[in-house]
Amino acid sequence: MKIGKRLLLILFTVLFSTTITFFVIRLMPGDPVETMAVNIHAGMGVSWEEAVEQAKARLNYDPDIPLAKQYISYLGRIVRGDLGESILRRAPVSEIIAEVLPWTLLVSSVALLISFFLGTLLGVYCGWKRKSLLNKLMTAYDSVIGSVPAFIIGFLLIILFSVKLGWLPMRGNYDTDLTPGWNSEFIASVAKHAVLPILTWVLTSVGGWALGMRALAVSVLGEDYIVSAKARGLRQRRIVSSYVGKNAILPQITQLAITFGSMFAGSVLVENTFNYPGMGYFFSSAISGRDYPLMQGMFLVLTIAIVLANQAAEILYSVIDPRIRIRGK
Amino acid sequence: MKRKNNIRALASDSEALARAYHVSKSSSKDSFFGFFRALGKNKSACFGAVILLIFFLTAVFGPFLIDADDMRSDMANKLLGPSAEHILGTDHMGRDTLKMIVYGAREVLTVAAITAVMTLVIATVMGMLAAFTKGVVNWLLNILIDVIMTVPSLPVMMLLSMIVKANNYFTFAFVLSVWSWAGLAKAIRAQILSVMTRDYISAARILGLPTRHIIFNELLPGITSYLTMNMIFTMRNSISSAVSLMFLGMADFSATHWGMMIQIAVSKTAAIYGSSALWYFLSPIAAIAIFGMGCFFFSHGLDEVLNPRLRTE
Repeated sequence: MKIGKRLLLILFTVLFSTTITFFVIRLMPGDPVETMAVNIHAGMGVSWEEAVEQAKARLNYDPDIPLAKQYISYLGRIVRGDLGESILRRAPVSEIIAEVLPWTLLVSSVALLISFFLGTLLGVYCGWKRKSLLNKLMTAYDSVIGSVPAFIIGFLLIILFSVKLGWLPMRGNYDTDLTPGWNSEFIASVAKHAVLPILTWVLTSVGGWALGMRALAVSVLGEDYIVSAKARGLRQRRIVSSYVGKNAILPQITQLAITFGSMFAGSVLVENTFNYPGMGYFFSSAISGRDYPLMQGMFLVLTIAIVLANQAAEILYSVIDPRIRIRGK
Repeated sequence: MKRKNNIRALASDSEALARAYHVSKSSSKDSFFGFFRALGKNKSACFGAVILLIFFLTAVFGPFLIDADDMRSDMANKLLGPSAEHILGTDHMGRDTLKMIVYGAREVLTVAAITAVMTLVIATVMGMLAAFTKGVVNWLLNILIDVIMTVPSLPVMMLLSMIVKANNYFTFAFVLSVWSWAGLAKAIRAQILSVMTRDYISAARILGLPTRHIIFNELLPGITSYLTMNMIFTMRNSISSAVSLMFLGMADFSATHWGMMIQIAVSKTAAIYGSSALWYFLSPIAAIAIFGMGCFFFSHGLDEVLNPRLRTE
């Protein structure tokens, strides 16, 4: 893809995500300003007019101003980096995002690396030994795991490891008795709380990695250079690692960045299962709590993360694959 | 004289063309039946087909086997474990879990089927448009498809559920399908572009057959099996998305839908704390997993038949 088209895609996607959240408020059944004003009026004891004004300010939304003008001023605020203030948490949205983003990054990046390495190894093995029992097991595993949503695996893990065995905590990101800091006790608690969410991700995504890698390995195995490597009498180990693995892994590395992006979306389910306070947890609570500014900010960051991950994937691919690099010049 | 010869040559050319068109087309028809024969021999496809058939029959006839009395609450017998009377135990209102699963099969499959049809129709139309249009329209369509593919569907479905109340078949299927068609549209576009290079399509075009005829009689039959495979896959994914939305409390649907059963088991019973409600929690999960397995093996088998390169022998 040319750089111009790439930038355009980024621009369109971000523009789209800001537009959809802008219109969600306007298309909502009922008047959000009025609903909120009622709450403020009753809860804070201010006059009705003042309550309406406050509601408009907090929602960044004034129904009396024409739509086009609202839209432009809304985009202007976002360009300036002003995401508004959360209604439920009474804090700037950007602050909340800065607070919760690291937790999602922690869980998803560790899970991604583990499932990538494990899945790739399994996939190469299954592609090489296509009649093995492991290959059949892998297919059966993916057929079942792929059809149930990730949160169900999360609950099954909770039942097993938290309730029955009592080994691991089932909710939260660290022991609330501890004060956050760089001490061993706190780090251990964070690690302990992250195990089950990470395991959920690994169990649900390792099959996909393995099947993808297997398909790639199978197609590489048909190439002439493999036949010639076999004919030259190279050792199996050498063929698998430096001939099959090295060539088949290229598209998988692209997939790595794409999967990282999509994990942000999937975090909605996994983080809700474990009440893990990351992006997904706050995004869904912003939606159920009708916290529009938080919802808008979260969705924007989510889309930006995904779009950047996808573009990073394409750039990475052209850097690591000499064939594409040469063709591009 | 020369001119006459030219016309004769042209006439015989077009005859040859027509012949080539029929031969090429009928051979594609032969392969259509051959396709089913190959499918029957494929173990994976047969295994999947049997599972899907069982679910389909349950969805069609199951609800007739259950009388309304069974769906009434019976608080004295709530959250029982399995017994001879209640094979899979009872729910939080004392209803038989197995009967609820059978009853819910129709709802689950109907939502999934409507979603799959909607997704497929949007994807086919958009894919064809992306394949046939030119210039700015084409450019915009491709950008649209790319944007929709980039932004993941679950968050968008969650946003949509704020505007559209997903509490009946059509609104629910709308929420599930409106953001799930882009990948398929892109694939269909590629399929069409590849089918367009086949001989019988070029022959039909040169013969001057109307575009409508080419699209519906020549092009679509060529990609039907591909669409079937994707329809099965879309059904499986849409059940997963439906269950996810229900879990997040963003779709309020009939309590016998398997997704609602899971949601109720998690939020209203102590299923995850190891009570006897565990059966009520695990039964719909098992139903979803087995159905998904059927979809997987059926489409896997289809794929093997369609792409001989994948056949493992």
